Amino acid sequence: MTDIGSLGKYETAWCPGCGDFGILDAVKDAFVKLDLDMHKTVLVSGIGQAAKLPQYLDCNFFNGLHGRAIPAATGIKIANRCLNVIVTSGDGDIYGEGGNHFIHAIRRNIDITVIVHNNQVYGLTKGQASPTSDAGFVTKVQTHGVISEPFHPLGVAIVLGAGFVARSFSGDKEHLSQMIQEGVKHKGFSLIDVLQPCVTFNKKNNFVWYKQRIYKLPEDHDAHDKAKAYEKAMEWGDKIPVGIIYHDGRAAYEDACGLMKDKALIDQDVSAPARIRPIFKEFL
Amino acid sequence: MSKIDLTIKIAGEAGQGLQTMGQLLSRAFARQGYFVFSSQVLQSRVRGGHNWFQVRVSNERVLAPSPVTDILIAFDVESSRHTKELTKDSVVIFDSNAVKITPFKGISLDIPLSKIASDNGGNRIMANIVAVGAVLGLLEFDTQVLSCLIKESFGEKDKQVADANIRIAQAGYDFTFKKIQGNRLPVLKEKIGRPKMFVGGSESTALGALAAGCQFISAYPMSPSTGIMTYLAAKEDDYHVVVEQSEDEIASINIALGAAFAGVRSMTASSGGGFALMAEGLSLAGMIETPIVIVIAQRPAPATGLPTRTAQEDLEFAIHAGHGEFPRAVIAPATIEDIFYETARAFNIAEKYRIPVLILTDQFMADSAMTIDDLDVESVKIERRILSQDELKDIKEYKSYLLTRSGVSPRALPGNPCCFVTADSDEHDETGRITEDLDIMRPEMVKKRNRKNAGLLKDSRPPKWYGPRDAKNFLIGWGSTYGPLKEAVDMLNADKEKVALMHFSDVWPLNEKYFGFLKKAGYAAVVENNFGGQFARLITRATGIVIKNTINKYNGLPFDAQEIVKAYKKLK
Repeated sequence: MTDIGSLGKYETAWCPGCGDFGILDAVKDAFVKLDLDMHKTVLVSGIGQAAKLPQYLDCNFFNGLHGRAIPAATGIKIANRCLNVIVTSGDGDIYGEGGNHFIHAIRRNIDITVIVHNNQVYGLTKGQASPTSDAGFVTKVQTHGVISEPFHPLGVAIVLGAGFVARSFSGDKEHLSQMIQEGVKHKGFSLIDVLQPCVTFNKKNNFVWYKQRIYKLPEDHDAHDKAKAYEKAMEWGDKIPVGIIYHDGRAAYEDACGLMKDKALIDQDVSAPARIRPIFKEFL
Repeated sequence: MSKIDLTIKIAGEAGQGLQTMGQLLSRAFARQGYFVFSSQVLQSRVRGGHNWFQVRVSNERVLAPSPVTDILIAFDVESSRHTKELTKDSVVIFDSNAVKITPFKGISLDIPLSKIASDNGGNRIMANIVAVGAVLGLLEFDTQVLSCLIKESFGEKDKQVADANIRIAQAGYDFTFKKIQGNRLPVLKEKIGRPKMFVGGSESTALGALAAGCQFISAYPMSPSTGIMTYLAAKEDDYHVVVEQSEDEIASINIALGAAFAGVRSMTASSGGGFALMAEGLSLAGMIETPIVIVIAQRPAPATGLPTRTAQEDLEFAIHAGHGEFPRAVIAPATIEDIFYETARAFNIAEKYRIPVLILTDQFMADSAMTIDDLDVESVKIERRILSQDELKDIKEYKSYLLTRSGVSPRALPGNPCCFVTADSDEHDETGRITEDLDIMRPEMVKKRNRKNAGLLKDSRPPKWYGPRDAKNFLIGWGSTYGPLKEAVDMLNADKEKVALMHFSDVWPLNEKYFGFLKKAGYAAVVENNFGGQFARLITRATGIVIKNTINKYNGLPFDAQEIVKAYKKLK
């Protein structure tokens, strides 16, 4: 049984009021509700304030390099498909520094759940624009406002064929927990983009700003309709939808790769070097 | 039996089947018990250009290309550039219908290769099979051996194609066998020993990894390293190894580290440029103390350099890559046969110390092949050093980064029911959680990681000493130059020079105690495929001794023994 107590309690390095607290709470809630065997679970993160989350849980974790959480998670899942592999990192980490990995992990459809703490700003480096910062967002570096078009994680994920694409809000623990649970259950790559206020460096997209715009997708939203899903994914401005935007099933990497279909790679017996002797006749 | 030392050079454009021909000839000789060393010189293009594949066959062990060409098969006009390698007894095979070339030195042998192919039911492309037959005819080689090889390579389902090839090869054979009597080439009619394996450098690396129980490689294609992942990909299902072509080399090393963390033996392979992208990941391996094997098949740089040529320019880079201070081992195998054992050993070192281990080869090694009697796979030991569940049960509180005297913390894998396992790229405490305790934990962790160097140094192996034990003069080398150096030493000693070769494979950490020979040395020169004399500098760093004599080659081609002999005599 996984209960809240068994997940541990740690002092954090986050600012008071940070959206990360809400995400940590929702992650814990989801793990309890899923009754996730924490010994069979690995949390993977990169670097940034968000990436510290695994440090505040009693769990296996791989807190790797900035931008490289997804590759590490991919390797862990390939080696041992019996592990639940969950990435929690920030927008700069996943969409900026690790953008190329984000693209190709979706193509691979490796069965990992990626929770992105998307606060539209760089926190740990003190307030520069992130890939998802709104156009015109002024910072100490983007002094005339952000010129670049923001990165659209949900739209990109849908276009690339991600099987589970959701958005939630750090201020709604119940909803976020629900999204995480569904994401973990999904077999294949799942993305949960979590809107999150940064109380210190993002004075624009604050709690109230999000609260006024966010609405839950209606019950009749057809998450299997790719075109409609894309439309919802790109909706941003006065109204921002949250919920499961796109849901589809295609074979996850581990099932498509015949070798680990029935047995985790790590459980296969390769302990006898002489097993390769039959190959040698190829060279004669 | 007198010494046989014959080199066949097949020269022409990319796409003319030079490799197929070279492989067929080499394997035919190997089957009859001959020693073969083949190497390739290639341009970075898929079609056209001027490439060559050379096959050196002998009744003694050969490990290097020869500067002399005994049989030249000239498939293009550019082949005339090889004239300087010919002797008066060399034979030059060409088809004047296809290639207009001026007369060569040696014996010209104009064979209507394409016509013979068409006359015998083949197409013009099969001219290369005619040439293979023609070469074997000159040597009176047993055609049955070639027929068997052709049959096996096409298999039962393509029996007709195989038969056509055999017929065409026989026609080429008959052409030279009937007409060209009295040439001064050796006769290779007899079988001189048991069939030998004919193994390439990339294949040997892949075989070593498989023997060691490696189950995962993520890599991005880059010459000349790609052969490793290609070979492993063919063995995925039967030998439980997953090959993932990653989006870039940054992903390669990070995916491999994830897989290693989760418990399967993992590797990546690239050349210098790709390895440059891995530098941060290498440092991560050092920090999270996760074992990984990285193969760097070197090629001339900087930047893109010469993608299909050879160099030993990345020794210092391999040793210094990655930010911060952390231990690593760097191994540069001497021969293609050694690569097999050294790769397997690299996985054990990586797990013994929980460190990255780098294997340095190069294009010369990766694209060459040699005969091997047998690979002693039974001698390979797999030492995992992972805590079992029973052992974990006895540990009160497992700590992934326990401070120990050796610097090595016992390793557990995530997924076990007894404890949590962590990896943190931040400075961390023994449990793997972030720390900024600068008074105790940071210095303790730095010392712990770097304490492993003492063990590595103790485990590092001595150089290979080849030549007279009482020699006062030395040629010093590392990595792939072993073959040419060994031959140079033989030539020098035959010439009454008393010289020995000191060849280093364990190039980092470099153990000072193996340099005692320098104290009594009369003359010593370091021979390297680079400009700066990187190993010479490394020796100075390890021993304080400055070796002024260096023999360097950096035009993209490997050494041959004769040029080393010449350079040695000139310097001395």
